[in-house]
Amino acid sequence: MSVLRPLDKLPGLNTATILLVGTEDALLQQLADSMLKEDCASELKVHLARSLPLPANVNRPRIDLIVFVVNLHSKYSLQNTEESLHHVDTSFFLGKVCFLATGAGQENHCIIHRHTVVKLAHTYRSPLLFCDLEVEGFRATMAQRLVRMLQICAGHMPGVSALNLLSLLRSSESPSVEDL
Amino acid sequence: MDETIAEFIKRTILKIPMTEMTTILKAWDFLSENQLQTVNFRQRKESVVQHLVELCEENNASLNDAALLDIIYTQLHRHRKIWDVFQMSKGPGEDVDLFDMKQFKSSFKKVLQRALKNVTVSFRDAEENAVWIRIAWGTQYTKPNQYRPTYVVYYSQTPYAFTSLSTLKSNIPLLGQALTIASKHHEIVKMDLRSRYLDSLKAIVFKQYNQNFETHNSTTPLQERSLGLHVNMDSRIIHENAMEKERVQRVTQETFGDHPQPQLEFAQYKLETKFRNGSILAEREEPLRCLIKFSSPHLLEALKSLAPAGIADAPLSPLLTCIPNKKMNYFKIRDK
Repeated sequence: MSVLRPLDKLPGLNTATILLVGTEDALLQQLADSMLKEDCASELKVHLARSLPLPANVNRPRIDLIVFVVNLHSKYSLQNTEESLHHVDTSFFLGKVCFLATGAGQENHCIIHRHTVVKLAHTYRSPLLFCDLEVEGFRATMAQRLVRMLQICAGHMPGVSALNLLSLLRSSESPSVEDL
Repeated sequence: MDETIAEFIKRTILKIPMTEMTTILKAWDFLSENQLQTVNFRQRKESVVQHLVELCEENNASLNDAALLDIIYTQLHRHRKIWDVFQMSKGPGEDVDLFDMKQFKSSFKKVLQRALKNVTVSFRDAEENAVWIRIAWGTQYTKPNQYRPTYVVYYSQTPYAFTSLSTLKSNIPLLGQALTIASKHHEIVKMDLRSRYLDSLKAIVFKQYNQNFETHNSTTPLQERSLGLHVNMDSRIIHENAMEKERVQRVTQETFGDHPQPQLEFAQYKLETKFRNGSILAEREEPLRCLIKFSSPHLLEALKSLAPAGIADAPLSPLLTCIPNKKMNYFKIRDK
């Protein structure tokens, strides 16, 4: 079973699990640390993976939110993300997947055009966030944001579901995205 | 003491930073302890230099003494020069003679002096049976230019010599000839290896890796960030690809070893190949030419950290990992 499905497991009690997928382990680790520093009523679990599919035969909790971290400085990182996306079931893309592009601040190191990730996120109908994960302040803010998103995706926020959030986020997108 | 020698000594001493002044002067061993004690090293540098030049005048410094000082300065500041590597070989069937340093020096000097009447050659012995040679080049009609010398470091028990790049292209064949004849070899070839870091070149050429290399302007932040394998104490973070990480670590270690890497600043690849894609470019008769250069303050360490940092797949391309084994950092890639 190499495809990740959102509802193939029972949720843990008050647990919310996020899966960060990206090639640069150091960045993922730092983001995970920042997220766990947040005050949160739910019990958080962060899984870090270089790519999908995940190793089989491992006992892992239900994954509530997948974040694909793409480093704009690395074509390898984009390639890795594109390949990993094949191993995610379509029903995950109803608000439980999000893309995070890092490295936009250092423009002279960027080799992936901003439009490429925008198009990728648009293709998969998922939100795209930009954050320079190497800058502590930005990372802390992003961590906060992700924790809130995770809680919603895990169903811990009464009255808001992952799909609600997705439509909320989408309506604030600029119309030019549709032209791509 | 000749005016030109005085000027040369003055300019050489001026180059020396005040913190190294006493060390270098002691190593030079030309001015006595008593003389050195008369110098007030806390003055402004120009005054100190002035005083030292006067003392050299007293001792009647020769051109050779001045050249020796220049060698000592360069030995301490070897990274200011870019070094090439030459490899010599004996002819087929030639015996390995016992090496005689004195005979080598006189033979080397003779070859150069016979070809160019005006040339200054100075020697300084170093550890590991090495000798530092300083050559100031002149021509049949002009005096040697002391300010653009060539340095050669020859390891007598090996066929390798390292030369600094400040040589006029026209002098290189003569230099090669002098080295070959004096060391009783048959042929000399320039290797495709070049760097500022003489000790690293030595390590690559002699395959001695377990040492500390001079690290001028080295930066360590790259290491800290990229190896990013801090032991994670938080049990809420789970690494899914622990096996993959281990594999990458293992492959990296197999390729690069545990030791610190020799320091190189760049690797250059000259491609002259036909385009392989099925597009229009593949129909060109002429090969495409392209130059790719990788630069880094510490190239091999950077390459070593690529896979663990997640920037590249392990194993890396053999074109990159073969650099120390092949003793090359200049490559020409052609279609077979």
